[in-house]
Amino acid sequence: MSEKAYRPSIIIDGVRKTFTLNHAFSLKDTVVSWIRRRKLTSTFEALKGIDLVIGEGESIAILGMNGSGKSTLLKLISGVMEPDAGEVLTRGRVAGLIEVGAGFHPELSGRENVFLNAAILGMKKAEIEKRYDEIVAFSEIEEFIDQEVKHYSSGMFLRLAFAVAIHVELDVLLMDEILSVGDVPFREKCRQKFEELIAAGKTLVVVSHDMEMVRELCTRGVVISKGEVVYDGELEGAIALVDA
Amino acid sequence: MSGPVTDTRDLFAAVPRTAFDTPGKSHGLIDVVRWRYLLRLLVRTGVTTRYRNSVLGWLWSYVRPAAQFLVFWIVLGIFMNLDRVPNYAVYLFSGIVVINLFSEGFKNATTSIVGNAALVRKVFLPRQLFAVSAVLVSFVHFLPQVGLLLLVSLLMGWATHISVLSILAALAGMLIVMIFSLGLGLFFGAVNVRFRDAENIVELMLLLATWASPVLYAWTMVQDAVVDKLGWPSWLVDLYMLNPITQGVELFHYAFWRPASQYLVEASGYAGEALTPLPPNLGINTLWTLLIAVATLLLGQLVFRRLEGKFAQDL
Repeated sequence: MSEKAYRPSIIIDGVRKTFTLNHAFSLKDTVVSWIRRRKLTSTFEALKGIDLVIGEGESIAILGMNGSGKSTLLKLISGVMEPDAGEVLTRGRVAGLIEVGAGFHPELSGRENVFLNAAILGMKKAEIEKRYDEIVAFSEIEEFIDQEVKHYSSGMFLRLAFAVAIHVELDVLLMDEILSVGDVPFREKCRQKFEELIAAGKTLVVVSHDMEMVRELCTRGVVISKGEVVYDGELEGAIALVDA
Repeated sequence: MSGPVTDTRDLFAAVPRTAFDTPGKSHGLIDVVRWRYLLRLLVRTGVTTRYRNSVLGWLWSYVRPAAQFLVFWIVLGIFMNLDRVPNYAVYLFSGIVVINLFSEGFKNATTSIVGNAALVRKVFLPRQLFAVSAVLVSFVHFLPQVGLLLLVSLLMGWATHISVLSILAALAGMLIVMIFSLGLGLFFGAVNVRFRDAENIVELMLLLATWASPVLYAWTMVQDAVVDKLGWPSWLVDLYMLNPITQGVELFHYAFWRPASQYLVEASGYAGEALTPLPPNLGINTLWTLLIAVATLLLGQLVFRRLEGKFAQDL
């Protein structure tokens, strides 16, 4: 990355996140622990001061072991969690492919779920209507679209959920381990869609253990270990560090 | 490697700082207006899926209050002779529907955040939406009950005795009760994420709510007991009347029971008691209780926004 003043899309400045783990869950537990002088809570530092700037149009992979803080970082960027210290700034519309299908209602039809989920992801009615056909075509389940989602196979469900998420109007796309959905042709289709987004100058932040997919999509790699950035630069260097 | 980020000056060289947003920042109830399309979908989902897979479906919206009504009417009206309040059945029912609106809205709003845990943990969206939609869904379910009340009242000659004030009173009653239940729902809904005790406290409060308002009895009985029998100061009665739910119930009595009972009371040969007198400050109390409800809403909002940042990790 050059030192020229480029246009940042995400700025993460000295971000810390600490989780408080409760050991006492009720009044009884509290009293017992207090009498035995055991600690009532312990803290876990998930992120210990992360500094990261992601430029517009960059596609970056965040790598690291399980529990290194990758997903927490993504949640801070998406706004689901707030940092305890430091600052997260984003520019434009941020959309997360973080566990697609979280907003699906099993009792509703596929069609209703498309609208509901797209609205949950922040789309307006007119936008959804404009993209509806595209979404359904991408999911390849036209003939089942008026059935209740609870009758869908898990593959159909994931395809539809993914199709909605990927068609959200966005500037920054966050992805957490979802690249592994669907069968081979569908994954290929998703990869093409991601490349389209990259070509359109969107910013991609990918958290994944699937190095093959990451190699195809990303150019920059960041390795997080125990809540700290230990590497930031060329992707191959990051992969080498993680695989080592 | 990129340069140290702590040097923030040149970061904003190309793009001004104002172009950036802080993710997860809540704007309170303004967000609800901004996300009104999603709110509409959430309400629709809540209404349409509520009675899915049940044979009686929407009939349950009538069965439950009907059963409640029958129990109270038989036990209190007939066994315990409370039916010296004229037209006691209508009196009872117009109060019960208000209590039901409050209970449903309050209870559902309290559990709305925990109930949508999957979404709250994964996607950022204004979480107040869940509580607001819970209250609106309860309003939709309240409508058929009001319809039934209206029908009965019409059969008793309600239409010839109403004025614009009756309609306004009914609307004001609904508004006050809904704002109040949303305010309490936001407060307990936010607390419920960390302390599930909140749900039980709410259950307890709802149990008391039916008895703390003149639903089963007349407000004059409270006055008689407090002032005449116990000799306590009369401001206690004023305090009792300032309960927003009490006001909602009294407004509904004014709107439905009172006009519907006129024929009965004025009929020749009527031997029962006269209509219970209007509460002395019914008009001005509408304003006061509305203010109390709005204050509750603001307080609930404040607490909700204070706790909101921790929802995702506490769930």
